[in-house]
Amino acid sequence: MSGEHMDKVPKPQDQTSVFVRRRRTFTLIFLGVMAVFSISSAVTNYDVIGGFESIPAAITWIAKNLIPDEKALSRLPNIIKKLTETALLSVAVTVCAGICAFFFSLLGTRITKINPWIARTVRIAAAFFRNVPDVVWAMLLLFSFGQNILTGFFALFFATFGMLTRTFIETIDEVCEACVEALYATGATYLQTVFRGIVPHSMPEIVSWVLYMIETNIRNSTLIGVLTATGIGAMFDLYYKRMDYGSASMVVISIVILVIAIEIISNQIRKVIM
Amino acid sequence: MDKLVIAEGAPISLDLHKYMRKSRGGKIKTAAMSKSGLAVNLTVLVLLGLTAYGFFTFDYKNINIAEAVSSTIGNAKVLFGQPRLRYNTFPGAMNALLATFSLGALSTIFGALIAFFGALLCAKNIANPITANIIKSFVALVRAVPTILWVLIFTVAAGLGSVAAVAGLTFHSAGYLIKAYAESIEEMDDGAIEALKATGASFWQIVFQAVVPSSMSHMTAWTFLRLEINFTNAIAIGAAAGAGGIGFDLYMAGSHYFDLQELGFITYIVVAAVILLEVAATRIKARIR
Repeated sequence: MSGEHMDKVPKPQDQTSVFVRRRRTFTLIFLGVMAVFSISSAVTNYDVIGGFESIPAAITWIAKNLIPDEKALSRLPNIIKKLTETALLSVAVTVCAGICAFFFSLLGTRITKINPWIARTVRIAAAFFRNVPDVVWAMLLLFSFGQNILTGFFALFFATFGMLTRTFIETIDEVCEACVEALYATGATYLQTVFRGIVPHSMPEIVSWVLYMIETNIRNSTLIGVLTATGIGAMFDLYYKRMDYGSASMVVISIVILVIAIEIISNQIRKVIM
Repeated sequence: MDKLVIAEGAPISLDLHKYMRKSRGGKIKTAAMSKSGLAVNLTVLVLLGLTAYGFFTFDYKNINIAEAVSSTIGNAKVLFGQPRLRYNTFPGAMNALLATFSLGALSTIFGALIAFFGALLCAKNIANPITANIIKSFVALVRAVPTILWVLIFTVAAGLGSVAAVAGLTFHSAGYLIKAYAESIEEMDDGAIEALKATGASFWQIVFQAVVPSSMSHMTAWTFLRLEINFTNAIAIGAAAGAGGIGFDLYMAGSHYFDLQELGFITYIVVAAVILLEVAATRIKARIR
């Protein structure tokens, strides 16, 4: 009681002017950023001037070389086939990881946990899956699965699962507190609370996160593809290493169109459901 | 309803059935389907359908899944259970980690700088709507290209090294942060801008006296989030584009030496670094707010 009371006593006001304090914060941030910048460029031998010069050079190079030619057009059906596969893979991974993450996150939230120790374990497991880089999962799976679509599937699955479990835990705790209490008060069972309260209440948020992860996974699967020689990433890598930049640019353009299309569709869906 | 007068003793004849929604069987519907509910259900159905279709059409190349899974579990036990270094030394790994962090930090700094000015040009409440739309579309285009492709493209144009890695990472960071910063600026109270405009303040005065102070905490949060993303991206491009750092060590351990234990040790270093970065970011964010 006394502790609570102590908190309410107003602290003596800091007499420094807002503007002085603001200037102090800005100076500190500026100095901090400069320090990080100098150390980082020293460590990586980063050539600041060369870095700035590289950008116009790169843009000229892109404008000259990254233009689809006739050969690229003849490869378009193949590219679209691989791109469809990548898109379906991202959707399948995200949906599977989302379903698993939803049930897993129920054990980890403040309001639906069964036991605090299980909740803690769930949170630690989620952090583990989220923080192990997908590169590591890809390497590990490459040993046994080889250059297979399942290598990409599981590599993306683990990372997505970790990410979605954390966001679902936060979402459920934020969105459903009142409705869960109300349902418990009516004497609803645990499963009734989950399926009648939490699922309908958190579904818009969950769908929105799943859509976001689908978009992210298309980009990530390109990277995993370059690494494990599967999917659209491998296709880009192949053309690129053969210096067939026309076809490589076709791959880039098709990825861009796919990602933007998915972004537009997701934004439309979000507008309706949120 | 308010016309209803209940006289004493008179039977209450309220035809509630007129107002009820019923199913075909005559049962009263307790849940009404709203437009958003319908959209959610439809989206879920489509996603599930696409997933099923995907699983049917994937080319699995006759893989023995049970065998692959059991051998992966065995490998995972070695990877996470018996980490040790053979080809790298611990100080060497730390150096590589610092290099990767530096790539992430440099690209975050450049990205934030570009994004700050970009966001001023495309936040709805302070920018010209035509420039805003042009920049927003351009940024969406930049963001749609995966980071790894930017890095590979810059590698050809600028040569393999930190310049290509930083440039590639910066492109995507700037695209991401412009969107995030613009949204933070759009969220701020328009009253402050209007009040300053009324006093005759210039554009830069409005920016530094109203926009920056009020969206500072949001912007810092986004920047640190991007720093974390850039750190993991720097690991990934180190592995996939040979851009050096701890990611390249990961790649060498996994695909060159086929050494699971080494891969495990480097993984633990990376995970510890990511968690440390997250904790540090939370502390610094709390200070700035």
